[in-house]
Amino acid sequence: MADLITYREAIADGIAREMRLDPSVVCLGEDIGAAGGVFKSTQGLFEEFGPTRIWDTPISEQAIVGAAMGAAMTGMRPVAEIMFSDFLACCWDFIANEMPKVRYMTGGQVKVPMVVRTANGGGLGFGAQHSQAVENWALSVPGLVIAAPSTPSDVVGLMASAIRSDDPVLFFEHKALFATKGEPAPAGHVIPLGQANVVRTGSEITLVGLAWSMPIVLEAAELLAQQGISAEVIDLRTLVPLDAATVLSSVSKTSRILIVEENPFQGGWGGTLASIVADEGFYDLDAPVKRIAAASVPLAFATHLENELLPSVALTVETAVRMATS
Amino acid sequence: MAGSAVASPESLSGWYEQMLVIRGTEKAAFDLFMSGLVKGTTHLAAGHEAVAVGASAALEPDDYVWATYRGHHHAMARGLSAEACLGELMSKQTGSSQGKGGSMHMTYAPGNMMGSYAIIGSHLPMAVGSAWSSVLRQSGQVSVAFFGDGATNIGAFHEAINLAAVWRLPVIFVCENNLYMEYTPISSVTAVEHPAADRAGAYSLPRIVIDGNDVVVVRDEVAKAAAKARAGEGPSIIECLTYRHYGHSRTDPAKYRPEGELEQWLMRDPVKVLREHLAAAGVGEDEIGEIEQRAQHAVLAAIEAAKAAPLSDPAEAFTDVWADGGSQWRT
Repeated sequence: MADLITYREAIADGIAREMRLDPSVVCLGEDIGAAGGVFKSTQGLFEEFGPTRIWDTPISEQAIVGAAMGAAMTGMRPVAEIMFSDFLACCWDFIANEMPKVRYMTGGQVKVPMVVRTANGGGLGFGAQHSQAVENWALSVPGLVIAAPSTPSDVVGLMASAIRSDDPVLFFEHKALFATKGEPAPAGHVIPLGQANVVRTGSEITLVGLAWSMPIVLEAAELLAQQGISAEVIDLRTLVPLDAATVLSSVSKTSRILIVEENPFQGGWGGTLASIVADEGFYDLDAPVKRIAAASVPLAFATHLENELLPSVALTVETAVRMATS
Repeated sequence: MAGSAVASPESLSGWYEQMLVIRGTEKAAFDLFMSGLVKGTTHLAAGHEAVAVGASAALEPDDYVWATYRGHHHAMARGLSAEACLGELMSKQTGSSQGKGGSMHMTYAPGNMMGSYAIIGSHLPMAVGSAWSSVLRQSGQVSVAFFGDGATNIGAFHEAINLAAVWRLPVIFVCENNLYMEYTPISSVTAVEHPAADRAGAYSLPRIVIDGNDVVVVRDEVAKAAAKARAGEGPSIIECLTYRHYGHSRTDPAKYRPEGELEQWLMRDPVKVLREHLAAAGVGEDEIGEIEQRAQHAVLAAIEAAKAAPLSDPAEAFTDVWADGGSQWRT
């Protein structure tokens, strides 16, 4: 068996695989070149591909995403890095008004095949402006593909699809997962966008997670099993396309669903999924649809305060037990 | 009049016809709006035509052009027909985006006119990106971004020009300074006299201010900048002084203009200036009259064709969101 690799290494691996295959793939961002990225998630790319394909930029988020757009619209496949997902707000015009709308408002004359990668989420004590899980911001904008992998292998497989896609993709890499390890992706590994992963099969309750919440729901499922409750675990992998069919199919079997999401409850992605299940899976349900999300509060710096605000294994287990036994 | 500028009678005649068709189309857009056939809003470029036609005359057919929501003239200068322009304004199937774009998003991809963007300054980084793409592909193409004076006070303007200068990209930033951001004089909200040109020095670029109502002057300056860009010597900023004949948008009667200002600028109407060039180049009144008639007929035919065309299919509302052509976001 090959050595395990980290989620962080998988990012550079996933990008490098596509860059070897397609000369139109180029990267730009702050400190991504010789420095290898502030999270070291682009380490080795500059050494392998050099300054004509790996471009260091000033601290200019609008110029980074805007330039990536212009290049994407004229024959390249740029991969732009926005260092922290919180900084998407600095280029929100491009994320919300430009990238997702160009194809539509030009009547299909122009396409935008690009990826914006960004380090998302909390759990590391970076405070309120460097810790947010903001995938729900993106979900409010039609026209963006949203990927958020939870394992090294999924990072590689989804990165391949994201870079090859002719649609603009927001690719959320989770800061708290960077050091986690997993099997390396096999050669040629590609995971289609919009294909959720049933990570664990079960019969009494469906637990749905994404990125950071996947280790939580998996651990919860293990603890539930010890209490004799059989949980099915689904990793959505992408919010758009949303694999609602896989979720609905699971609910038709388990009749209960608990959604665990890191973004705030207020406006979180689980609300969209819950509305679909409540609408299209209503007659399969034996319990109300439940969501566990971050508190609708700015994230605190102190670990013990941050822990108060984020979803936990304990709360997931407690909620699932109540749902399965009531 | 810029007497030193030289152009052949054939070139001048071609530009004259192009400018008249654009002017006529803008007038038609105004009239059709008044008669209820165009909805939403329009930002007409009557008065700005020399910038579009002059710049286009200096460019190669595969160079990239980017515009703002006041962009009909730029799309048409790169080949968009009056019929497709008016069709788009009237939500017709023959419109350039089948009614999904409208006045503020005129695009003509066959002419590498990459679109019109209605968030001020947003297309400036995109033009940097297409210039970067040209360098990466070693294609020799130049990119041109047109923008108003108002765009010079937004962050994207400064981020874009800095990046273009640092990477020495083949991009030309052409400011159409028409003196007003929307209703407010640009001079009252800007710390420098020339909102674009006076910022150039901050990015180690030369300060260039030209007469934007003289098509030949614009052509010559853009040609110089394009040659510089193709030689790998980096970006340029060109500030063109011009004036819009209508208000900012459809709802603006432009009452904030001092008395006599419009009349003064009308004496320097780019169409009038070019007509004088034609006469000076020895093109006779008869010939000029023929060009004017041809342009008028072309616009009238475009109006009739746009009126006669069917509304775009309601199903168009759900096309062109994703690469597969549709709008499906979930299973």
